[in-house]
Amino acid sequence: MRWIEAAALLTLLVPASAPMSAVGQTAPPTTQPVLPAQSTAAPSVPPAPAQPAQPKFVVVLDAAHGGSDSGAHLRPDLQEKDVTLTLTTRLRSTLQAHGIAVVTTRQSDAGIPALNRAETANHAQAAACLVIHATATGSGVHLYASSLSPAPAVRLQPWQTAQAAWITQSLKLESEIDAALAHAQIPITLGRASVQPMDNLACPAIAIEVAPLVGGHVTTARDVSDADYQKSVVDALVAALDAWRSDWK
Amino acid sequence: MISRAHKILFMVMLLACVIMATFLIRLRNRAQDRLQAQGVEAPASIAVAPGIPPRTVTLYVPNDLDGSLTAVERSLALPADDNAQARVLLDSLIEAFHATGSTHPMSIASGVNEVYFLPVPKSQSQSGDPGQLAVVDLSGALAAAQPSGIEPETLTLLSIMATLHANLPNITEVHFLVDGQPHETLAGHADLTRTYLASEANPEPSPPESPAQ
Repeated sequence: MRWIEAAALLTLLVPASAPMSAVGQTAPPTTQPVLPAQSTAAPSVPPAPAQPAQPKFVVVLDAAHGGSDSGAHLRPDLQEKDVTLTLTTRLRSTLQAHGIAVVTTRQSDAGIPALNRAETANHAQAAACLVIHATATGSGVHLYASSLSPAPAVRLQPWQTAQAAWITQSLKLESEIDAALAHAQIPITLGRASVQPMDNLACPAIAIEVAPLVGGHVTTARDVSDADYQKSVVDALVAALDAWRSDWK
Repeated sequence: MISRAHKILFMVMLLACVIMATFLIRLRNRAQDRLQAQGVEAPASIAVAPGIPPRTVTLYVPNDLDGSLTAVERSLALPADDNAQARVLLDSLIEAFHATGSTHPMSIASGVNEVYFLPVPKSQSQSGDPGQLAVVDLSGALAAAQPSGIEPETLTLLSIMATLHANLPNITEVHFLVDGQPHETLAGHADLTRTYLASEANPEPSPPESPAQ
């Protein structure tokens, strides 16, 4: 009976990062599959490669909200879902121009469930997953890693806490982004938070929340929709991911 | 057949009931007038016994600009009951959010329906005393007034957890409801489906500001 249950479970597995383990990564959860807890349809399992392939540097961009979920109302005429999509589109173009492969979870004003976003990200076996948000509160850019406690890799990673095995890598990625934003003289707030779908991601994952710039001695006040401000944030993120490309292995 | 004596007795008792009801209503109106004159909102169900001396408590007030929590000392008369104490603490915290010049502004001054306590199962704890789980039932009005965003929502939750843990150290875990029901997020971001460890708030040690009444 237990064999039958195990076989049934295996049909639902999503391999997290098999190629990373093939080249002996230090990242902990290289071979753990992730088991969706609430999936109604079994996610497809990509065919196993004949030979261990060189891992590709893929970045997943998740533009938060969309469709009927408008997110925060940044102004009466500006919704968070539109700002996150604009930022993601800009970031994707710039990353691709730098030769970095990008997978996006949302490319239009569509409502995508958190489960599907995490599934897309986990299938991409990404080197970095950035969850893009925007807010009217605070100043500069807020960087959040998952608030889960680091956990050792296990064979079957629980879906609700898949990120736990990646926390160390996520904090390294956060540090890289922090340095790049500081170099661009953008105020940064670092923290830990529990935000969907972060905890379900089997990749180094950071939530990036862009807030308006409050004017100060060094900074000029800028709105989140300001094109120049968005460009400076995007440029800093690209610089961070460029550096991460050589550090993540 | 009802006797005349019974009829008189019934009428006398009815009259006594009416007089007593009128007296109670007048007392209630007087108490409300007195509270309104003092500019104090009448607490829904928290009764602080007279003569209880105020106690110094620590509230952790967020700052949206730098994402920090600042310890602020207040002097409050706390009821004896733990649940009521938690409510008074959180009402005072949310009043601080609402105050003029707040570093974490919110448009309402109250928003906690109730705080319930449950023992944490011993199997979940690595230490000897597993502590208590506080279930904080926030009002829908607070969730609606909460500025949307990862930072403002997370800071609201962390400040509640830090304030509860600082003043009622037996609280080791916190779970949130909205209007008595499980809610996915506070205002679109911070996850309310999970149970938080009170230690997650872990505020930066900062010198408390001067006590204020």
